[in-house]
Amino acid sequence: MKSVSLFLALGLGAAIVAASSCGGKKPAQTAPTPNADSAAAADRARQDSIDAANRAAQDEAERVRRQREADSLAALSRASEDVRNTLAAMIHFDLDKSNVRSDDMGSLDQKVAILQANPDLRIRIGGHCDERGSDEYNLALGNRRAQSAKQYLVSHGIDAGRIETQSFGEERPLVDGHDESAWSQNRRAEFEVVSGGDNLHRP
Amino acid sequence: MTPLLLAALLVVQDTTSIDRGVRIGIVYRPGVRPGLVMLPRAGMGLDSVRAIVGRDLDYSDRFEIITLPAGDSIRLAGTSSSTRSTATRRSTGTGTGGAQSSSALNYPLYQALGADFALDVTAAGDTTVFTLHDIAASGIRRTVRARLPRAGDASFRMAVHRLADQALQAALGAPGIAATRVLFVRDGKVYRIDQDGADQQLVSSTDRQAMSPAWGADGQHFAYMEFQAGKGWLYLQEMATGKRTAVPTTGTALDFTPAFSPDGQTLAFSRATEEGTDLYTINLKNSCCLRRLTVGRFSDNLSPTFSPDGQRIAFVSTRPGLPQIYVMAADGTDQQLFAPFDYGVTGASNAPEWSPDGQSVAFHRDVAGTLQVFVLDVRTRTVRQLTSVGRNEDPTWAPDSRHLAFVSDRSGYRQLWIIDLETGRIRPLLQQSGERLPAWSPRLSEASSSTP
Repeated sequence: MKSVSLFLALGLGAAIVAASSCGGKKPAQTAPTPNADSAAAADRARQDSIDAANRAAQDEAERVRRQREADSLAALSRASEDVRNTLAAMIHFDLDKSNVRSDDMGSLDQKVAILQANPDLRIRIGGHCDERGSDEYNLALGNRRAQSAKQYLVSHGIDAGRIETQSFGEERPLVDGHDESAWSQNRRAEFEVVSGGDNLHRP
Repeated sequence: MTPLLLAALLVVQDTTSIDRGVRIGIVYRPGVRPGLVMLPRAGMGLDSVRAIVGRDLDYSDRFEIITLPAGDSIRLAGTSSSTRSTATRRSTGTGTGGAQSSSALNYPLYQALGADFALDVTAAGDTTVFTLHDIAASGIRRTVRARLPRAGDASFRMAVHRLADQALQAALGAPGIAATRVLFVRDGKVYRIDQDGADQQLVSSTDRQAMSPAWGADGQHFAYMEFQAGKGWLYLQEMATGKRTAVPTTGTALDFTPAFSPDGQTLAFSRATEEGTDLYTINLKNSCCLRRLTVGRFSDNLSPTFSPDGQRIAFVSTRPGLPQIYVMAADGTDQQLFAPFDYGVTGASNAPEWSPDGQSVAFHRDVAGTLQVFVLDVRTRTVRQLTSVGRNEDPTWAPDSRHLAFVSDRSGYRQLWIIDLETGRIRPLLQQSGERLPAWSPRLSEASSSTP
């Protein structure tokens, strides 16, 4: 958008410069003593103003065209952004558990639809734990959580090759806190785009 | 008849001794720790040596350390220098001189103070002389001479710790733990620290997040895990040079919780893949032969720890649902439950470490939502809970199999603590927060503790 408006500003500036330059010549050319030179000058001036008008019209058409293009791009990227946000929505787990909770199945179903609508899309699932468990065991538990989320997507028809998994144990807490609110937010799986996510289509 | 008669005589002897107001030696007081006094030596230097050794012997938890009331009011040397020949005969010192000046103590005085041993640290030229007096025998138990590095030299403290262990060995016939270190993780870096809380040093060398340091049995190198982008690499590092090498086959998945076999030839570890987490071993000597020990499929298997004879591996398995402590032969056969638990009642159990004497496995277990340190008796397969104040986790054995270092938030923040299982005494290893995953070294020989 920034580059488009910059272009428009330059175009307008050029038009203003062109207009003011003919305006400055006109009074001299309407003098009552015509001669060959002045007739030629008048012709030139007329042609200049026609050219200027044509240029302005062209500039305007170009501006409108670009604006339309930008608008539709913005609309597309807005849609893509919505899809991306839906895809990135985290799911959560119960303490010491790695099974997908029923309240997260809707969220995973949406991801299934997005993955189906965007066949080039590849994602990575990161499994995370809260700080209450054992540091080292949490690496295994985080792995289970990521696998569990992946398994759900695969069982709903997504090719397993499109989904990578990672475990972060308790090493990347989303919320720094030592209460149930923080813990329950930290027991999660995160979804990120690996590739094919530049222009996501709505399912 | 003869033993009975002897016993009767001893009893008589005891009684008369007590009647004379003289304290009895260690052999007559089972369950009571022998008293030890560090002899003050004003103006002779070596104050730091005395302080380090005194603290080491205190931290061994094997002595009652006797503090002298105002040292100058006590006559240190006896009036006569009648050192018994039976005492000097046992001296193992290599030189002469130096010991003679401290050989004759006012033994009855120290006996009255409750001391069974007195340790005298003196200097003879550039040699430091340790003289251990046996108070009950009224003589010198042992003299040790050593040329210590200059104070402030990187190897100074460890050399002093080694002398403290020699003094303990001379007094009790048991090896000490003064010359040991603890590895731990803070802010994703591996540090090492002497067991007395001094000389903390960074030993990991990259910005990647480090976890799970583990000592090689020779104390000369360690393994640890580096964590990045959801993958785990295992590395071996030489303690003296800092040189590190990647463990063969690591880096393809999430590898964690490395553990050396006692002979140092095998590294056991956990590998998390799409199939779950399972235990593997690799031959370090030939950099080959990845071997899978568990096939969990629907359960995770992790945190291996070898028995000191190398025959068995204790580990964590989630096969009963929650993680619990299991054991198997080192080749992966004969897998079975190790630490008993009540299904549906007992909380998750993790982080096992087999004691160097082979008799126990320390681990932590969730008790009402908080982790506590437990010890499994290998022979009877019974467990006992060691801690109850705050959250206590990741226990690691000292080489004497009676001290454990662990992480506790009992003081309000997580830090490293040391507990003595015999006396129950607990002390903080260092007064900082954020430490975790400690690993206590084996006894460090001269070769294994040199610093570049």
